[in-house]
Amino acid sequence: MPRSVKKGPFVDYKLMEKIDKMNQTNQKKIIKTWSRSSTITPEFVGHTIAIHNGNKMIPVFITENMVGHKLGEFSPTRIFRGHPGTKAEKAARSK
Amino acid sequence: MARISGVDLPKKKTILYGLQYIYGIGPAISADILEKANVDPNIKVADLTEENVGAIRAVITAKYKVEGALRSEVQQNIKRLMDIGTYRGIRHRRGLPVRGQRTRTNARSRKGRRKTVAGKKKTPTKK
Repeated sequence: MPRSVKKGPFVDYKLMEKIDKMNQTNQKKIIKTWSRSSTITPEFVGHTIAIHNGNKMIPVFITENMVGHKLGEFSPTRIFRGHPGTKAEKAARSK
Repeated sequence: MARISGVDLPKKKTILYGLQYIYGIGPAISADILEKANVDPNIKVADLTEENVGAIRAVITAKYKVEGALRSEVQQNIKRLMDIGTYRGIRHRRGLPVRGQRTRTNARSRKGRRKTVAGKKKTPTKK
C-alpha cells in the first residue's frame, strides 16, 4: 500500500536540512547518509550522496530520473562473488 | 471478421472474452470497453456489426495502451531501472527474480532451465 499523500514523501529530516543548505549556498559536497529509506526528491538532483550499505558508503550521483526512488535502491547490500566450488574447483583441478 | 489493434479475435467466442486476446486487455478492461462502446458483452465476435467494431476500436485508442505500445512501455520501464542502477535493475540484468523471492530453490521462470553444476564430491579431508 502506498504512503498517504498527505504526509508527502519520506525524507530524513537531517538529510533534507543538509541538502537545502547546499542548494542555498550552491555548493557541491558529498553528503554521507545512513538513511537508505529516504525518498529522492527533485531537490536532490545534481548532488552526489554517499549511501551506506551496511559496510561502506557508496557514492551515487543523483540524476533526474532517479526521483521517486529510495536512496537504498542504489546501494546494494550484498556482493555475489560466484558460487563456492565452481571457479575454485576448476582452478584446483587444473593443478 | 474482427481485427482490432492488429489482433484477430476468435470468432466463436463472445466479445467479452474475445477482446482478452489483445495484449493488455483482461477481464476488467474488456468489460469496461464494452460498456463504454455500448456493445452487449454476450454477442459472439462473428455477429458483431461494423459499427460495433468501430466503437470498440475508438474506445481502445482513446483510453488504453495495448499491444506494441504497451510492450515497449514495459520494456522502457525496465530499461530505465537498469540504466539508473537500482537494485531492481540489477536483478533484471542478471535474470533473477526482482521482488525479493527466494532463489535457493524455485525461481525457474526467471532463471530458465536448470543448469546443472558439476556435483560437489565429498572432498577427502586433506591436511
